[in-house]
Amino acid sequence: MNWTAIGAIYKFEMARTFRSIWQSVVSPVVSTSLYFVVFGAAIGSRIETVEGVDYGAFIVPGLMMLQMLMQSVTNAALGIYFPKFIGTIYELLSAPVSTKEIVIGYVGAAATKSMMIGLIILATAALFVDLQIQHPVAMLAFMVLTCFSFSLMGFIIGIWAGNFEQLNLIPMLVITPLVFLGGAFYSISMLPETWQTIALFNPVVYLVSGFRWSFFGLSDVPVGLSLAAIAVFLVICLVAINAIFRSGWKIRT
Amino acid sequence: MAPIISIKGLEKTYDNGFQALKSVDLDIEEGEVLALLGPNGAGKTTLISIVTGMANKTAGSVTVGGYDSVRDFRQARELIGLVPQEMNIEVFEKVIATVRFSRGLFGKPRDDAKIEEVLKSLTLWDKRDNKLRELSGGMKRRVMIAKALSHEPRILFLDEPTAGVDVELRKEMWEVMKALKAAGVTIILTTHYIEEAEMMADRVAVISKGEILLVKEKDELMKSLGKKVLTIELDQTLTEVPPDLAGQGVELGEDGKSLIYSYDTAAPQTGITDILAGVRASGLKLSDISTHQSSLEDIFVGLVHDQKEDAA
Repeated sequence: MNWTAIGAIYKFEMARTFRSIWQSVVSPVVSTSLYFVVFGAAIGSRIETVEGVDYGAFIVPGLMMLQMLMQSVTNAALGIYFPKFIGTIYELLSAPVSTKEIVIGYVGAAATKSMMIGLIILATAALFVDLQIQHPVAMLAFMVLTCFSFSLMGFIIGIWAGNFEQLNLIPMLVITPLVFLGGAFYSISMLPETWQTIALFNPVVYLVSGFRWSFFGLSDVPVGLSLAAIAVFLVICLVAINAIFRSGWKIRT
Repeated sequence: MAPIISIKGLEKTYDNGFQALKSVDLDIEEGEVLALLGPNGAGKTTLISIVTGMANKTAGSVTVGGYDSVRDFRQARELIGLVPQEMNIEVFEKVIATVRFSRGLFGKPRDDAKIEEVLKSLTLWDKRDNKLRELSGGMKRRVMIAKALSHEPRILFLDEPTAGVDVELRKEMWEVMKALKAAGVTIILTTHYIEEAEMMADRVAVISKGEILLVKEKDELMKSLGKKVLTIELDQTLTEVPPDLAGQGVELGEDGKSLIYSYDTAAPQTGITDILAGVRASGLKLSDISTHQSSLEDIFVGLVHDQKEDAA
């Protein structure tokens, strides 16, 4: 393993993040606050509690999940798409680094950034509502797993994308609806029975459910199933990346 | 001494069926400057891409410093610095950050003294904290060289380093190359400025349509293929070569106002004295006499032209 090279990529990418730190921080803080005003105060005042949890607090895990998924995918996608777009990828391809090292560097940086944003949202939320975290270690584990696996997915999108439209396509068309329909703002048990069944095909349901369990100890699906779901997703992404690099698809001619 | 780069039977066929390289064999010696000449689309960049790891080969083998470029890619690539043809840089980065990144990427531990040395040698030290977009085109190109040199490579690939740059900057690039050569760095230079190859190279390889047409010491190449042409401009118009000069290989210029004689400078007798005596005997009025040494460019054009005729 060429750890020096991994470190160089990671640091370079993190420096990019910190250069635009205000954008990186302000935007999630503002959007989280808006969600609290709309969902927490306006709607939440009529719902009050979901399964014994104050609605304002109930949506926090879902909000964090929404932002972390979006950020992971877009950061990692942009991270590798950008060198491709401006041509600096020549340096990565001609360097004595393996594909594994390139992935660790880029995906590690993207996942770190989305973890940071997740924690910022958590801190912002704590200003609005009383939060309790029953299983903090599990919460962190879910954050790490989610950020890494979706950053991997973003990396694949970044390699696949041929232009900026395609780069935004998957996050817009796939991630956002999956999260909104994945129980970020409600419990699956609040849905009609047919929709409950359909929802079980949405992978994000398992993420949000498990993540919410780490906060409040209640979940739509068993926690073990949540962990298994994210593990399966992680493996799929790893296999896909491995296949992509082995074939040189869209990277090496 | 074993060549530092050894290319054997290298072939490359792109997915669309285009065969960019047809069994290329080439050995590059340590410390030399090799100019790779060829028209656009000849396969220069493809060849470089395969050696440096940017493209996959279809067949053949490449070793760098004795390491196979695929199996031992780490050891092979560590020896190489690459300056690509296109100006590919991150415009929002600072000079020093991007050069430092390159060093790390090549697995070398951070060494600020080394980075300083590289930047100073390219007169970029004063600009180290500038963002790349604030630099002129020439400076940007020097940053690309600095990136390629940041990990102290023994081999430097320069893919058309002076394409589209002004005369001043081109001279600057040549100075940089000379300094690197003096430091013992092996340089592979692709160019279609023949003048550049003529000035910089120890050896010249000519590539066209994916084939190496010739690899020779530059001086030898110039000597063996180098012809000199004597042109005698006349103050009058002739319809045929005067009898005093007939049978000596003198030809009449197209406009009838000049006499042209080609000779080999290496031959024991150039025949110039006889020609001049003949001119005098004919009583011709002259306006000018000039000689022209054929350059690499003439040789190059001749070679590529011959290949086209062979193909036709």
